[in-house]
Amino acid sequence: MPIIEILFYLFSGVLVLSALSVITVGNPIHAALFLILSFFSAACIWMLLQAEFLAITLVLVYVGAVMVLFLFVVMMLDVHVASVREGFARYLPAGVLVALAMAVQLFLVIWTRGMETMPMPAGEGDEYSHTSMIGELLYSEYLYAFEIAAVVLLVAIIAAIALTHRRRPETKHQDPARQVRVKRDERLRVVKMKSEGEEA
Amino acid sequence: MLTLAHFITLGALLFCIALAGIFLNRKNVLILLMCIELMLLSVNMNFIAFSRFLDVLDGQVFVFFILTVAAAEAAIGLALLVVLFRNRRSISVEDISDLRG
Repeated sequence: MPIIEILFYLFSGVLVLSALSVITVGNPIHAALFLILSFFSAACIWMLLQAEFLAITLVLVYVGAVMVLFLFVVMMLDVHVASVREGFARYLPAGVLVALAMAVQLFLVIWTRGMETMPMPAGEGDEYSHTSMIGELLYSEYLYAFEIAAVVLLVAIIAAIALTHRRRPETKHQDPARQVRVKRDERLRVVKMKSEGEEA
Repeated sequence: MLTLAHFITLGALLFCIALAGIFLNRKNVLILLMCIELMLLSVNMNFIAFSRFLDVLDGQVFVFFILTVAAAEAAIGLALLVVLFRNRRSISVEDISDLRG
């Protein structure tokens, strides 16, 4: 058995087991950690498929940013693990039934359509870089979609801040709208008063 | 010999696990979000496998965009979750029934 096959079965075994753990452990922190493990094994499998840029992106973006965000939120909310667990047994039969039925259907489709005879094509040489090829595609053919993706991220930032932002009445802050609208009379008040010398 | 079917099967298996997770974790929106991430991961797995076996790089570009949208979705979903917890003191799906009338 060639080494790439052994690696594939190893990584996919870890991936499936950790995915199963994500949905069954119940404790959100453990689930997040198992999700990190499954993302990492998925990145390893993508490496086997010669998608090195996306594998690194998955580790950097997902493990580095999104999962840390998940862990932050888990630790911000104090969720009772016991109350989370209830209802698990009630939905277990339905969930397993639906998932099994879907898995059987998918396997029937996948293993009868000629995909099982499609071997992996020979990879490119060492000089070849998928990263630069993806870069060329992104900045030429998919440039418009790339810019829209940037806008989507901007909207996500604004939405996340707008949703979670809490205005506290006791904090001191400036109101730029009022600062712009200010009139001359509001800035300067001329007061008439007698000078001190006059009185004496 | 590794064929396309191996990788697609792995993706299908992941998708079914995530689907079962959505059924099982009704009490915890946080784990529901994680299951959605797993589903997106399985879709990405299919895209990359097809991209490799058909020797077309456009599949990888698509995965790039899916990752972007998934990151945005996770950020907004978690923000909604924080707001929900602040108002309700609970993250159970069963407590969110205001629209039922």
